[in-house]
Amino acid sequence: MTRYILRRSLEMLATLIVASFLVFVVCEFSPGNVARKTLGAFALQEQVDLLYKKLHLNDPLLVRYVRWVGVLTGLQADPLQDPALGLDFKDPRGKQYFGNFGYSTLFKAPVNDVLWDRLGKTALLAGLAFAVIVPLSLILGVLAGMRAGSVLDRSLSTLSIVMTSIPEFALGVLLVAVFVVALGWLPGTSPMVGNTGWSTASQLVLPVAVLAIYDSGYVARMVRTSMAEVMQKPYVRTAVLKGLPRRQVILRHALRNAMIAPFTVLLLQINWLISGVVVTELVFAYPGFGRMLLEASLFGDVSLIEAATLVALFVATATQLLSDVGYRLLDPQARR
Amino acid sequence: MSAVSNEPVSALEVAGRPSPNLLRRLPDSKVAMFGLGLVLIWVIPALLAPVLPLKPPDAQDYLAMAHPGSSASHWLGVDPLGRDMLSRIVWGARTVLAVAPVAVLAAYVVGAAMGLLAGYYGGWVDAAISRASDVILSFPVIVLYVILIANIGPSVANIIVAVVAASAPGISRIVRGLVMSLMHQEFVAAAYLRRESDVFVMLVELLPNCRGPLITDFCLRLGYTTITIGTLGFLGLGLPPPNPDWGGMIKQATSMITVFPHMALYPTIALVSLILGFNLLADGLTELSQAD
Repeated sequence: MTRYILRRSLEMLATLIVASFLVFVVCEFSPGNVARKTLGAFALQEQVDLLYKKLHLNDPLLVRYVRWVGVLTGLQADPLQDPALGLDFKDPRGKQYFGNFGYSTLFKAPVNDVLWDRLGKTALLAGLAFAVIVPLSLILGVLAGMRAGSVLDRSLSTLSIVMTSIPEFALGVLLVAVFVVALGWLPGTSPMVGNTGWSTASQLVLPVAVLAIYDSGYVARMVRTSMAEVMQKPYVRTAVLKGLPRRQVILRHALRNAMIAPFTVLLLQINWLISGVVVTELVFAYPGFGRMLLEASLFGDVSLIEAATLVALFVATATQLLSDVGYRLLDPQARR
Repeated sequence: MSAVSNEPVSALEVAGRPSPNLLRRLPDSKVAMFGLGLVLIWVIPALLAPVLPLKPPDAQDYLAMAHPGSSASHWLGVDPLGRDMLSRIVWGARTVLAVAPVAVLAAYVVGAAMGLLAGYYGGWVDAAISRASDVILSFPVIVLYVILIANIGPSVANIIVAVVAASAPGISRIVRGLVMSLMHQEFVAAAYLRRESDVFVMLVELLPNCRGPLITDFCLRLGYTTITIGTLGFLGLGLPPPNPDWGGMIKQATSMITVFPHMALYPTIALVSLILGFNLLADGLTELSQAD
């Protein structure tokens, strides 16, 4: 098991390295120029060229990538923070330390100042959504899978399909139309500041609902399939035949075995959640990580894009590893 | 050959058995037929858009902007720029129904080729393709789309490129699994005995036998891709204006949702019904393939 975890961790590291290089390559295609965007449309071409040079953007791709890795791992001081350049890039943590993601040209601040605050806000949103998704999808899925083919199953399964068929932004629009425009119960935007007249708790309701509804439909379908499969197993039939009450058959025998597959799906859901968060944050103007990534991508802020991608990929691959390890621990057949 | 093809394909039963007449048995599934109906509701007007008595989708009616709601001349009202909603929704259907299938088909060409090569040759070819797929698949999809489109620019061609980059690895993984389970079948051995070329075995013997699970996956991916195209439009990374694009229409109208909710609601309903159609179709197909 330890060897397995070690091997998978190394694979994860390799994935992160390859992916971060890919992001650098893709950013090469950007038609816009960071220097031009920083200085605005009215700056002289000479000024743009000078900034471009100072940002070391004219170095070859590979040179810039190696330098970025060097700065990130703390092997190299960030050249952009050199006061002689006059860029006024100051990081209170110093020039050279492990985990230095560089300087964000969009926010004009160290990436580490921008990233973690945004990430914390997103973690709150995603955590709340996850806390709703797990019970909601389990209840929907178990109820539907308990009696495959019944009226209850058919209605709940249709409900799940409808839930997964509404994209997050469309769901956002629909919920805003009902709860903000028609009923006036909730705020339509969630800037997470207190002076809007709405409490921060009320600002979280709609974004969490959007994330939870969209993802629950998908997980509920997985739980249903798994539950329906288990209900056909000989040991469930035996339990029914020996006269156990239905409630006990389901809670003691079926449920535990039916939970193995959805456990992995639930953890892999975090990957979807990150995707959903990007869109939901934009709909509700939520000051989180996803909106930051979108803004950084449109601006061409490579340092911030890289940092955001690495964090997103790390979360995605780490949960994948966690789900695989958990699956091995839960399922005695996979352990062998 | 005929004696072989009558054999039950046992290895495939796990993945949903490929039935050659899966599409012919479509009427057996009410769910699938309902889904197909929803899709056709959009396909038919989209095909007929040039001959229907619609207003031009880009023509602005400045007088209607005073009362943008439903009226005799604009059945679904007008958008924030005074353009006819009904016409824009129908022309928007044309866009999404052209882009989504083409993008998914392109992803299938690339993904199936990758999966065939990986499953057929195995060894380092398989290792290289599978590792590369793993890297792409570990990206949260929208992150991949945002980074790609923001850098290569929003256009129809680039959206297709992005869909291919994001979906081909997943398709490759499915095809690879199917090919590996088919490799031990007798009809593959027979083809070897006839000294058929590798390309022939892959394209003529293996690929057609993968089609059952792939048809279902294709419908699911059509739904996802429709969501993606809509989402990209909403993020401002969709088709450049003035193209009627449902996601873009919703984005443009959300700022006015408190005053004129219809501008955002109609394209939203259109988008959701189309995605629902694709998903129900896929669900019905899965049900049919599991029934036998």
